[in-house]
Amino acid sequence: MALSLGWHIILACFGVAFPAMIFVMHLIGIRRNDSDALLLARKWAKVSAVLFAIGAVSGTVLSFEMGLLWPGLMGTYGDVLGLPFAFEGLAFFVEAIFLGIYLYGWDRMPPKQHLLMVLPMAVTGVLGTFCVIAVNAWMNAPVGFDLVDGEVRNVQPWAVLLNPDALWQFLHMWVAAYMVAGFTIASVYAVGMLRGRRDRAHRLGFSLAFGFASVSAVLQPLIGHLLGSRLSETQPAKLAAFELATETESPSPLRLGGLLIDGEVRWSIDIPYLGSLIARNSLTEPVEGLSSFPVQDRPPVNITHLAFQSMVGIGTLLMVAAVVFWVARWRRHDLLVHRWFLRFAAGSGVLAVVAMEAGWIATEVGRQPWIVYGFMRTPEAAGENSGLWWLLGATAVVYTLMTAGAVVVLRSMARRWRSGEIDLPSPYGPEAQRPHGTGAPEPEEVQR
Amino acid sequence: MSLAEVVAAALFVGVLAYALFGGADFGSGFYDLTAGGTKRGAELRTLVDHSIGPVWEANHVWLIYVLVTWWTAFPETFAAAMSTLIVPMLLALLGIVLRGASFAFRKYAATLSQARLFGAIFAISSVITPFFLGTVAGGIASGRVPATGRGDLWTSWLNPTSIFGGIIAVGTCAFLAGTFLCADASRSGQQTLAEQLRRRTLAVGAATGIVVFVALIPIQRDAPTLADGLMNQAAPLVGISALFGIATLVLVGIRRFAVARVTALIAVAAVVVGWGVGQYPWLLVDEVTITDAAGAPATLEALLVAVGLAVVIVLPALGYLFKLTQSESWSRHAG
Repeated sequence: MALSLGWHIILACFGVAFPAMIFVMHLIGIRRNDSDALLLARKWAKVSAVLFAIGAVSGTVLSFEMGLLWPGLMGTYGDVLGLPFAFEGLAFFVEAIFLGIYLYGWDRMPPKQHLLMVLPMAVTGVLGTFCVIAVNAWMNAPVGFDLVDGEVRNVQPWAVLLNPDALWQFLHMWVAAYMVAGFTIASVYAVGMLRGRRDRAHRLGFSLAFGFASVSAVLQPLIGHLLGSRLSETQPAKLAAFELATETESPSPLRLGGLLIDGEVRWSIDIPYLGSLIARNSLTEPVEGLSSFPVQDRPPVNITHLAFQSMVGIGTLLMVAAVVFWVARWRRHDLLVHRWFLRFAAGSGVLAVVAMEAGWIATEVGRQPWIVYGFMRTPEAAGENSGLWWLLGATAVVYTLMTAGAVVVLRSMARRWRSGEIDLPSPYGPEAQRPHGTGAPEPEEVQR
Repeated sequence: MSLAEVVAAALFVGVLAYALFGGADFGSGFYDLTAGGTKRGAELRTLVDHSIGPVWEANHVWLIYVLVTWWTAFPETFAAAMSTLIVPMLLALLGIVLRGASFAFRKYAATLSQARLFGAIFAISSVITPFFLGTVAGGIASGRVPATGRGDLWTSWLNPTSIFGGIIAVGTCAFLAGTFLCADASRSGQQTLAEQLRRRTLAVGAATGIVVFVALIPIQRDAPTLADGLMNQAAPLVGISALFGIATLVLVGIRRFAVARVTALIAVAAVVVGWGVGQYPWLLVDEVTITDAAGAPATLEALLVAVGLAVVIVLPALGYLFKLTQSESWSRHAG
């Protein structure tokens, strides 16, 4: 489950953020009559088609797995947490429909009308995120039902959607999605520029994606901080794990790095006061330490702590990079001519993905041993399947193959675009059958 | 009708839509698979690309809709069905994943050998997925999914009703796809291709029709509750499916492809609805009724709001997509 979710979340980021970028690119193309921008929008649309397809199927995997792997959770709480999924389904439906219209609308629809077809995708992607995150926020801070003698009663399905925690978590994830998609796309163009392809299309593609990512990267620490400062009330054990706080100290230090080994914190750098200041907005209030919780209610501390700090560290680094880049540009100094900056930008996509996955690990592992915080422990939710390891292995193989397939296809698309093809006819199509019968149409390969 | 039954009806509409439209997409894999060698099959495979490319993702969402509505409205039966029928569910899931991914990959594959590989995966998984989903339906309809705990991992889907369910699912998918592809080919002026498809559609349609009615015999012993429902409250639907099935074959025979699409849809819809009506009022046959399986009433009401929104928002958009893809101007091959 974690594997498919961790994989799906990356694709979901593109599903959420890519349409907005395509929209802006396409808009630039139409407004300024810019053929470079139009071509980029067209290429991005094709890339998003591939990503969206595998995102759709990995999303389906998740819906099956909800039942296959977590019958205890779904059987008991299905009617409490189901409604957001229903709305997510709606949102995804609309997104899929308009993706179909948009992709096949090139050259078939009037340009302005065609452009408008992207908007529903961008909006529904965001709505869908909200719904899914609402469920996750509910797992962190359950609302909308009463437990009477072990039975779920008085279900209020709307409460899950209107949960205040959902809003903050959603903002955090939404912005993260823009960071992941933005930095990843920017890094593709950075690699291109490193290899000497410094045409206008590369600069344009980079700037737009990096722009989206930059705005997000600057907003993210603020949102993350506001979200984190709720933790001391909602999930104190998670906060303790984030901060590696073993004992309740007043004021609490900020602990950078470090591992908890045999109950002792080692190799950490402690900065006094800062822990209280960041987590509690106060110079004196303590972070409740792990020792305040019974052993069976403590999350795996080291994973949670390291994942959390990796996320914060990388996020901060990306924010600084974004600020430096735009300040330099404002001072008429273009960092894109420097190879060191391009190298960093080339890595920024991976960094953003790592930061997001780390954040996700932090929030999920930090909630353990609970699947529904305070109500249901993870083993209670899982099914009694003996073949789980076998299943995990099979899932890993399928996903590896799918990733490999996507990489091969996307790379070959890029190669064919570079060699001057625009339409990318399918190799088995009648068009390809004419001259030599079989061979893939790559006559311009030499020009590279 | 109780609130739970209204929601169940909305759920079943999703099953029906998936069986018809998702089914037609899966069915095109059958023709892709049997299209012959690279050269001979090229035209047909391009047609499949054009026909299902814009719509398959939207059609696929019906499945998500079904799953989500099911677990939200009837959570315990969802958990029961998923844990009992885990094997066919996983195999269907594998098929869904491979179908979707390899279809997208094939379209943009750079070389012929890649396209062949992805194409073969696409076509095979398109054929096996409906089979496993059909066995799932058979397992539920023959009363092999217990309300609590877990039924038999193997006989729950390896039984006469399930096997026939699987074969019928594959057949109806291919039949629907055939009529759609015939219409698409003839509309875009590919007459030889349309002829080739016409012959196959006729064969598939006749075979499927026979299987559907032959299946009624083993079902009487294997799934008495369902058989009883089919003979009584669902009898008119059985008649409708026979009537429209034959009408479709005649229409395809005389090359009235556009109308044949509609009659084919009605014929298959009657088969699927016949199953639903036949097992009413059971949700899991002989185990739980729809009313007993329902989750919290507040959730059911909220779910109906979601369904209402779907009717207002999704259906017009979906209609627009179908209108565009089934219209004259989009059939010409552009970028």
